[in-house]
Amino acid sequence: MKRATQLIHGGPTVDLQTGALGVPIYQISTYRQTSVDHFSKYDYARGDNPTREALEDTIAVLEGGTRCLAFASGMAAIATTLMIFSPGDHLVVCDDVYGGAYRVLSTIFSRMGVSSTFVDATDLTAIEAAIRPETKGIYLETPSNPLLKVTDLRGAAEIARRHNIITLVDNTFMTPYLQRPLELGCDIVLHSGTKFINGHSDVLCGFAVVRDKELGQRIRYIQNAFGTGLGPQDSFLTLRGVKTLKVRMDQSQQNTHAVIAWLQQHPRVTAIHYPGLPEHPGYTIHAAQSDGPGAVFSFELDSYETTKRLLENSHLAAFAVSLGGVESIISYPAKMSHASVPKEERERKGITDTLVRLSVGLEDPDDLIDDLRQAIG
Amino acid sequence: MNIATQAVQIGLEWDTRTGAVTVPIYQTATFRHPGLGQSTGYDYSRSGNPTRQALEDGIARLDGAARGFAYSSGMAAIANLLLLFKSGDHLIVTEDLYGGTCRLFDKIFTQYGLSFSYVDTSDITAVTAALQPSTRAVFVETLTNPLLKFADLRAISAFCTGNDLLLIADNTFLTPYLLRPLDMGADIAVYSATKYLAGHNDTVAGVVTVKDPLLAEKVYFHQNSVGAVLGPQDAWLTTRGIKTLGVRMDRQQENAGQIAEWLAAHPRITRVYYPGLPGHPDHALMKRDAGGFGAMIAFEVDRHELVEQILLKTRLISFAESLGGVESLITFPEVQTHADIPPEIRARLGINNVLLRLSVGIEDCRDLIEDLRQALEG
Repeated sequence: MKRATQLIHGGPTVDLQTGALGVPIYQISTYRQTSVDHFSKYDYARGDNPTREALEDTIAVLEGGTRCLAFASGMAAIATTLMIFSPGDHLVVCDDVYGGAYRVLSTIFSRMGVSSTFVDATDLTAIEAAIRPETKGIYLETPSNPLLKVTDLRGAAEIARRHNIITLVDNTFMTPYLQRPLELGCDIVLHSGTKFINGHSDVLCGFAVVRDKELGQRIRYIQNAFGTGLGPQDSFLTLRGVKTLKVRMDQSQQNTHAVIAWLQQHPRVTAIHYPGLPEHPGYTIHAAQSDGPGAVFSFELDSYETTKRLLENSHLAAFAVSLGGVESIISYPAKMSHASVPKEERERKGITDTLVRLSVGLEDPDDLIDDLRQAIG
Repeated sequence: MNIATQAVQIGLEWDTRTGAVTVPIYQTATFRHPGLGQSTGYDYSRSGNPTRQALEDGIARLDGAARGFAYSSGMAAIANLLLLFKSGDHLIVTEDLYGGTCRLFDKIFTQYGLSFSYVDTSDITAVTAALQPSTRAVFVETLTNPLLKFADLRAISAFCTGNDLLLIADNTFLTPYLLRPLDMGADIAVYSATKYLAGHNDTVAGVVTVKDPLLAEKVYFHQNSVGAVLGPQDAWLTTRGIKTLGVRMDRQQENAGQIAEWLAAHPRITRVYYPGLPGHPDHALMKRDAGGFGAMIAFEVDRHELVEQILLKTRLISFAESLGGVESLITFPEVQTHADIPPEIRARLGINNVLLRLSVGIEDCRDLIEDLRQALEG
């Protein structure tokens, strides 16, 4: 099945009882049982809900996994999945990891005895050099947030296999439509489904997807024990969003290219970070492991004044947290997604006070460019 | 203001633009900023969503708390609270805990270096005897599941204050309508809102209320960081459910009292656990401290074969997990809700193969009794 078809028909789409062309919203907490010895697969909605399950099955197919678990948010997916590690375990993490993931790793998990070393993951030797006897996993984002740095996923997975540890990849920026880390040898794919997968800026949700059944069972155990699963209404809306993932992503990507071509000519724009540009250091690797550069990029402006003017005067691109919606969203990583990273560390990583991130939506690119022109001035 | 009145008022002051008398469902992930360094008070729904906040503020008012927090399930709420502790910390907890809570403590948090002593928290001497130098908190179910033991929160609170311990009360079975744990000295109350608060067996949700603003700030840090928050649709349904908490609870309690008496008089029933019965050991204490006895009943039948007969023959009363909804539900704790408790502890507590748990709904009591009668005798 081709990808566009898979998005529509990949999961269970017809309700067997009624023939309805969509899964019903099971707004339910519990299920009547008919036997004392054998409980039905459905016994309590924290553990199993058919609406959530339809979404999970769909994402599992798209990512080429055997099992997907859906969570109340991307952070709930990340935090729940990280609970598979034990005190004493160590992780190697890409150094510009999303601020929310950095926060749980550096505060909550470090206190529970799971330690992390942050490395420049564009450099495979740096990843391997950080591995210690107690290292149990490599945690990556590629392209990363907000600098769009690229990690060679096949290479990282190969290192992980050699050391008998697992690879976790946050695939939020790409979605399975553009990149499938499990097919490249990685073990766990994580998503903030809030972003491109749902795509309408109207739902919080997260996913963990695996190929290995035993690993899937372990994450599923914690999802049920912790009760961090996604509610039925939000599951339904996300399934609905997935159906248009391809057409949205195709258009957003095309718009991104138009906007970048314009920004490249602008005298106040000093740098553009986007893996679709041939001069991007990760261009070749990214092209070899994905089907497109996506619709998020960041760029640097000549001064803080220009940056502030742009953020406050853009009308079409909403100045807000989040990304990946039908609406373009402009954000300021230093104060938003990476606000929880200490300032010196932030600056060292290149997340400066003149860096702006743009998630390109479905508006006409000419309108977006006009808007940016009047805002930058 | 009376709790029932406060419950109806939740969300009422909300929509200032239209005057709508219920809070809108804000199905949104993010919020547009008016300018650099400015915020409407909402940035990202994981950090704060107006629909969820209406529920959080409402439950905080019902409990007399500084702040309330809503989670994707009752277990997510408890798991988030456990993150307040660190490796090496010890907690004193109720021995006949809900199986899901027990699983979370024993299978997950012990792995991260927390330890737990299981005691009968309706016995204050058992609580004090469990104190260790590393004890940081006492976690009690105010009315326990499934054996309906009632904790003397004031006495436990005095012990906690004297030893610098946090007191966390799981008040799921009673709700603020019948007991306000924070008024009795608890620092934190936690609820599976799936049960009486939402009350319609249609939503999975958890809430936490915190008395002290500084402690609330720490709880918020973990709620936002881990992100196991309640979605807007479920937050709205929970708020909607709370509006009828008073009338539902009144009716459920009244039904439960009558059913408990009927069961106690039935020849095939060998034991009834219901704190509203004068013979229940905590009857007097509960009469003093709580606004009622709740609507949960546990009972033993005279032989195991009757268990299956009752579970499968009841028609109005559904054989299903969960409790607290408008529909009556019956469960078999040994293999359902408490399957995760080690067998030797289950046996010692009395969670055996003849024990059933009944959550009494708002149906006409005569129909419920008739349903039980035909299932028992049929």
